[in-house]
Parts: sequence; structure tokens; C-alpha cells
Amino acid sequence: MRRPGQDNAESHRRLSRRALLLGGAQIVFMSMLGLRMRYLQVDQADQFRLLAEENRINIRLLPPARGEIFDRNGVPIAVNEPSYRITMVREDAGDVEQVISQLSSLVDLDEVTLNRARAEMKRSAPFLPVTLADHISWEEMSRIAVNAPSLPGITPEVGLSRQYPIRGDFAHVVGYVGPVSDYDLSKIEDPDQLLRIPRFQIGKVGVESKLEDNLRGKAGAKRVEVNSVGRVMRELDRREGQQGADLQLTLDQSLQSYIQARLGEESAAAVVIDCQNGDILSLNSSPSFDPNLFVTGISVADYRDLTENNYRPLAAKSVQGTYPPGSTFKMVTALAALEEGIITPEDTVWCPGHLEVSNRRFHCWKRAGHGHVDLEEALRESCDVYFYDVALKLGIDKLSAVADRLGLGHKFDLPLSGIARGLNPTREWKERVRGQAWVVGDTVNASIGQGNVLASPLQLAVMTARLASGKDITPRLVKSVDGIETPHPEAQSLGFNANNLQKIRRAMFTVSNHRRGTAYGSRIIEDAYRMAGKTGTSQVRNITAAERARGVTKNEDLPWERRDHALFVNFAPYDNPRIAVAVVVEHGGGGSTAAAPIARDITLQALHGGMPPLDAYPTKDRKRIEEQQKRLRAVIPDRDGNRGGDRA
Amino acid sequence: MSYLEYTVKTVPTGIRKLLYLNWPLILLLAAVSGVGFMMLFSVAGGSFSPWAEPQMKRFGMALVLMLIVAMTPIWFWRSISGFAYVGTIVLLILVEVMGSVGMGAQRWIDLGFMRLQPSELMKITLVMALAAYYDWLAPERTSRPLWIALPVIAILLPTALVLRQPDLGTSILLVTGGGIVMFMAGVHWGYFAAVIGMIGGLVTAVFQSRGTTWQLLKDYQYRRIDTFLDPSSDPLGAGYHITQSKIALGSGGWTGRGFMQGTQSRLNFLPEKHTDFIFTTLAEEFGFLGGISLLGLYGLIILFCIAAALVNRDRFSSLLILGITTTFFLFFAVNMSMVMGMAPVVGVPLPLVSYGGSAMLVLMVAFGLVQSAHVHRPR
Repeated sequence: MRRPGQDNAESHRRLSRRALLLGGAQIVFMSMLGLRMRYLQVDQADQFRLLAEENRINIRLLPPARGEIFDRNGVPIAVNEPSYRITMVREDAGDVEQVISQLSSLVDLDEVTLNRARAEMKRSAPFLPVTLADHISWEEMSRIAVNAPSLPGITPEVGLSRQYPIRGDFAHVVGYVGPVSDYDLSKIEDPDQLLRIPRFQIGKVGVESKLEDNLRGKAGAKRVEVNSVGRVMRELDRREGQQGADLQLTLDQSLQSYIQARLGEESAAAVVIDCQNGDILSLNSSPSFDPNLFVTGISVADYRDLTENNYRPLAAKSVQGTYPPGSTFKMVTALAALEEGIITPEDTVWCPGHLEVSNRRFHCWKRAGHGHVDLEEALRESCDVYFYDVALKLGIDKLSAVADRLGLGHKFDLPLSGIARGLNPTREWKERVRGQAWVVGDTVNASIGQGNVLASPLQLAVMTARLASGKDITPRLVKSVDGIETPHPEAQSLGFNANNLQKIRRAMFTVSNHRRGTAYGSRIIEDAYRMAGKTGTSQVRNITAAERARGVTKNEDLPWERRDHALFVNFAPYDNPRIAVAVVVEHGGGGSTAAAPIARDITLQALHGGMPPLDAYPTKDRKRIEEQQKRLRAVIPDRDGNRGGDRA
Repeated sequence: MSYLEYTVKTVPTGIRKLLYLNWPLILLLAAVSGVGFMMLFSVAGGSFSPWAEPQMKRFGMALVLMLIVAMTPIWFWRSISGFAYVGTIVLLILVEVMGSVGMGAQRWIDLGFMRLQPSELMKITLVMALAAYYDWLAPERTSRPLWIALPVIAILLPTALVLRQPDLGTSILLVTGGGIVMFMAGVHWGYFAAVIGMIGGLVTAVFQSRGTTWQLLKDYQYRRIDTFLDPSSDPLGAGYHITQSKIALGSGGWTGRGFMQGTQSRLNFLPEKHTDFIFTTLAEEFGFLGGISLLGLYGLIILFCIAAALVNRDRFSSLLILGITTTFFLFFAVNMSMVMGMAPVVGVPLPLVSYGGSAMLVLMVAFGLVQSAHVHRPR
């Protein structure tokens, strides 16, 4: 025995004491663990359960199909086409490069996209699909589908992409969509989550942009359970989205396409509206562009071609362009004077070719003068001096009041981009904007639609429709949304004296039907389609006294951008007006030579509902028109967007 | 020698020893291990592979090993304590020199059929060596500085080696476990007070040294401490483990989501769900009741062991049992504190539940020693 039992016993007692202490400490600590467990699992359970759900559940948006756009007869203008793309899932593909080389033997693969895909694959999780090719054709798609077994990890995916089958003809009205840009997002307060979906398309201009809210629809969503690296384990539930609303426009595709072809490569704009209810039947601007180029992102070169073109193909000239209305404004002056009782239709004015007003000489376009002219003759032959004289008696206030009632200076509420207000000048306007007092010379200039007056082709068409109907016609572009007719107030009378209106209409009739009328060359001889119109030629430069003495330079001798704008407005048929037309040919020269023939063709096309018979034209024009119709038929697209040339 | 006091007649011999085993303890161990199998089955998505099946085989092996150890007389184990300690130190040095690299730390020797982690073994052999030392040492010398220096060196030497690996969790277990054995042996209170004071100073030094040339811990160890102190500071980085662990645990509620219904673990939000963080899966699937039940099982194991130590009149046996109990206690206490966000993530598995061969084997051998001490106790 090395140690006495006593010692042993005492050390054992001490050991027992300390062992009990240890056991006690351990139990205390375990109680702490238990309390902590209780705190986390019972007291805080709700909060943690919520966090766990957030961890686990991911909401994936299901993009809705965008609403489609049709013309008044149901011809598709903007549709959703299936767009095919090829994606690859790295973990299924195995040897990525080998699969890619197999794939490239079947379809053309773009090296830039491929490199981007390779870089993306390195970064992202192996189960996430990476796009290898976008917007591939149906043929290529089917080739891949047939060879699917030898292409592990390759999935063809179908999405919807916007397509404009008629291409350029509606580009200025309908506009186009494009991928959402950071700029788009920055403009929108509280953007829809949908916009964050890669490749999601949003309206950029025109109807596509202005009616975006109707067209877009509501996103659906599916709730999926994901694991910690985002792999989808299963779908929990799914709520289908709501498709965007289809739109029907008041436009007529066959007329719109005809006009686009008729305007050709001129820098021009044309508007046709129904002069009883204001439906816009066509709204053209030329030259145009293919909106399909913008859908997937336009190339820099293509975009430069569009922006550096002097004829400004991107501008919607029919609503965005403003022009001095020139002589097409004379109906306003005439109507205002008749309404105010300042003149009677029979009163005449002596036109010696110019008029002196406060020591300034205002010229008539006809240097030799028109002699004695009454109202009808003045409009028919577009005598400037007559309107100078009338306007001096009338004053600007009454003139601009009538112009206002006819819709000039009004910005109509249409879902189009950049609609111009134009300008119907008043004393108040000049003082506010120019800081100058109105002078009588301003009134003289305004009387013939020069000086400060500015109007868009749409406004001119509305003005003509109001003259033709006597009602406050307002233009309408959207016929129905989602099958529900767009409410449009019945046009009310403008309160003009019917006799006065009739005098104006009669005078306009003579413009294109009287031998001395400025548009007699563009007359229609088919009685059912006869039109009443007014030519306009608006100066875009000042003619100096020296130039006038020398002889005014002819338009053909001027550089294009200094030539006069050619305008023509008309309504037809004369005895029962159905449509009002406005045509502006930028720097086209004279209204009677450049704009009136186009307006006549448009009028006939619109009234006849297709290419009119040659008998509607004067005999001497028929041969030329026949050739023109043949030429146009070859380029006008049909309702599926096929051009005459394509069908050959 | 105290075992000479044994009344040899009363010590069971041969196969009869089986009847004298501490059976409730064995049943408790099996129950805890059973919980482990169930959880490993669950985290594998309802499959015995890859974890539950090997774990069950290892438990079978370990159970046999435990019985062999239990049947071997305790005096044999005492006599080899010193050799076992020295042998483990040699193994620790060996892994330092030639151990294979895994998880950024050199921790094991590949024996072919299993990987041996000498640091696991160390937890037991250190306790054995200390118990043998204090059994040999005359009680009146226990608190003399010279006789304290020796066990302190015996504790600090392996601790330093383990820290170099680096394995913070095991070093804490070694120091605490060793310290407790010394305390049980009767070393004076004052020393412990002094050491605790020094540790306080050391902790301060550790924080002070950060970013200086004499930085005491590795950067990742500092980051773990940081994230322990404020897990939300880096929810996707280093704080991810603790945050996700608390979410899983907390979302279990009273009764849990049900067996194999734990979304956090099944969807891989939980890190190391089959090893260090297996308790969160249990708590998520079986809720507070499940968690507290496992804690209760552990508590019972501790109680049975302490009772066994108290009834044992042999000093070596008592110290050994208490040391092993403490080590076991530290295992689950540190692990649970860690997953419940009460301690930094130091990489300590949940004993008998976490997947892992070395830890299971070593723990079962340790309980074999407890059983041996119990069977061969003086009566």
C-alpha cells in the first residue's frame, strides 16, 4: 500500500465533491442550451419560418403575350411570331466544345454569341441554360430537333417576338418594340417586374409605346422551390398571366400601303381621314423604314443610314412635321370674313399683283395680278391679294379664332409619338414668345398661311374635314381595344353658317374642276368621286426685293432643301363628303404639280377601295396612270405583307 | 497500487463480465447513434447511401470494439496510458510531417481501411495519461507547482500540435478536457482562477494582435470569430453557415416539419448538413421536441457516467470516467452552441450523430474504457 487509506478516502471525497460540481455545471449548461433552443424554435419560430420560405421559394415571372395590332379590316400589322433560340445546359452537354462543333455543322453559329455563351457558362451554375443562337429559322430548328439525340444538353426554346409583316408602311404609326434598355427603366417609376426579364420587349415609339400599358398584359408567375444554388427542384404552383389587349386601328392597310408606295421616295406626308367621324384611314410619312430592324436591336450601320438621311425616314412627318400651310389656309381667311360679314361672296377685290401695306409691298404669286376677283375666283386661282385685303379688314383676332375652331394649333389626343401642336398665331402669342407687338404685316402674312402659321398634315386634314362636314371632327386612331369599341364623341356642329361653308366648298370644287382652277390638271372626271380641294405652295425662304426685281428663281434651279413645300388638301366626293385628304411634299415645288396629283390618286384609291378604273381620270392622263398603277401594283404589299414582286 | 485492494472474488471474470456492463449506458449510446442514422438517412434525401449505411457499419464495428475494450481489465489500460499518450503524440507529429491534406488542414493518417485522426485519439489518451498520473501521484503533492507543471506540459504539447494543423475545436476540447481532469484530481482552486484570468488576457491579446506581425490566429479563424459576433454582417459569405443554421433550426418550431420534410437541409441551404450541422436538420424536422429529446439523451449519458464515476472507488477509474464524460460533454455542448449561434463555428462534430468514422470509433473506445472501469471497479 503506497498510501494510507485515510488519504485515499479523503481524496476520494474531494473527487466526489468536484465531480458533483462538474455534473451540476454541465446540467446548468445543458439547460442553457435547452433555453436557447426554445428561444429559437418556439419564440422566434415564425420569423425563421418566414426566412426559410424566402430561402426556398423563388417566383419566376411568365411573360404574357403582347397584344397584337390590326387594321380596321382585321389585317395584322403587328403580330407575335414564334422566335426560336438554342440553349445549352452545361451539365447535360458533357463535352461542351464537341457539342458546339456538332451544332455548328447543322446551323450557322455566330462566333460573337458563342464566345459570350462560353464566358457565361464559366460564370454560371452548370444547370442554367445558356443561349447559343437566337432568332434562328424554323428550318434550322427542325434540323436540330431531328438530330437531338446526338446533341446532349441542347434545347430548342420557343419564345414570342414582335413582327411587323407589312414592314415599313406602318412604321411611323405603330412604331416598334425593342429590348428594354436601362434608359427605358430609368424613365419609368416603379417599373413592372416584367421589364427585368432578359429580352423582354417594350414599345419604343408610336402606338407600341403610347399604348404599352394595354399591349403588355399582366405577368403570370410560377412559384418554384429552389435549392441553395438556385436549381429548380419543383414547381409549386402557377398563375397564368393575362395576355395584352389586341388593338384595332382605324387605318386601312390597303390604302396605307398604296399611299406609301405612291409617295415613293419623296420626302412627303399624307393623311386621309373620314370626314364624318374622324377615323384616320391612313397616316403616311415617307420615306419609311423597316421596324423589324429595331426589334432585336438595330445595327450601327443601319441606324446611321436612317439618321444621316436628309429625308429623315425616322420622322413621322404627318403628325410631327409642321409646315406653313400656305394657300391651303385661305379657306380659313375666307370663312372668317364671310362669318364676320366683312365680305359677301360677290364682293370683288382688285388685284394688281401686289398690295402696299404700311409702306411694305406684299406680292401676289401672279406678278401680273388677277384683276377683279370675287371669293370663288380668289380661292380657285389662289389670289393672294384678295386675302391680304380681306384680312386687313378682318384683323388677326377673328382670323385666329376661326383657325382655332377648325383645329389649327390643336394637339389631338392620339397615341402617337411627338405629335406637333403647330402654330395658330395670336397677338398674345407673339407678345409672350417673341416679346413683340403684333403688326399688321403679320396679319397679311397669316392670311395666306405664311409668316408664323404652322400646321401638321394631320391638322390640315382635320381642317378640311371640318370644312367639309361643318362639324368638330376630331381624329381617332384606335378603333377598338380588346374588342371594345373606343368611345368617340359624336361630332357636333361647329356653328358656322351653312351657306358660308357651302360657298367655300363650292370654291374648293372649282379649284379642281374649273378650267382656271389651280388643280384642274388633277381633276377627277368620275362624277361619284369628284373632289374639292385647295393647292398650297409654302415658301421656306425669304424672297428679297433684289431677287424679285431680277425675277424669282424657279424651284427647279434651287437646291432641294430651299425649294417650296407643295401642299394639297381636299375632300371628296364633293356632294357627299366622305374623306378628307392632306398631302405635303417637302420641298416638292408647287402644290398643283407636286401634291395635287398624289392627292387625286389617294382620293380615288380611298373612295374606290382599290385601284380605280382609268375612266376616273381625264383622257390625257390615262396612259401615264396606267403605267403608274402597274408599277405600284408590283410593290404594294398584300394583307400578308407579300409584295407584288415577291409573288412572281 | 489501489487495484490490489480489489476483492478479486467480487470482480466478474470471463463472459460473466457482460452481465456487469453498464447496460443503460450502452442503450443510451445506441439510441443516440440511432438518431444519427435516421438523420443521415434523411439528409441524403431518404437514402442509406452515402452516409447512413457506412455510419451503421462503423457503429457495429465500434460497438464490438467497445465491448472488447470493456472486457479488458482496467488495470491493463492504466498500465498502457503513458505509452498510448506518447504514441498519439508521435502520430500527431507524423500527420504534421506526412499527413494528407484535406479541408485545408492536415488532420489524418490514411490507414487504408479508414482514416485515422490522431487528434481524435488524443482526446482520449490525454485523459488516460492524466488519470494515470494523478492515480500515481500522492494526493498531497497534487497542488505543488512542480507536479502541476508536468500535466500542464502534457496538455499543452498536443494542443500546440493540434493548433498547428490547425484545428481550433479540438485544441479547445483538449485544454478544457485536460483542465477538468486536473480539477477533479484536486488541484487547488487558485490555479484555475489564475488560468482563467490568463485566458482572459490571452483573448485580449488575440484580438489585439490581429493585423500585426505577431498575429496569433489564422485569418479564417478571425473571420469565424467575427461572424460569430455578428453573423448578419456577411450573410452570403462567412456568416452564411450560422445564419442558415439558425433559420433551419428556428423554422422547425415546436414539432418540426416532419421526418424528411426539412426544406433547408434538403435544398442544401445548410452547410455540412451531414457533419457539423446535422443537429439543425434534426431540429428542423423534429422541432423543439426533437432537439430537447436528443439533449435529454445526452444528459442521461452524462448522468450515468458521473454516477459510475462516483460509485467507483478506484481513483484512476473515476478520473478516467470523468475526463471522458467531460470530453463527450464538450463535444455536444460546443457543437450545439455553435449551430445555435452561441459559439463561433469551430468544427466540432455532434458526437455519435455526425457522419464520421474516427470520431465515432474513438468515442466508442472511450465508452469502452468507461465500461471497463465500471466492470472492474473495486467492490
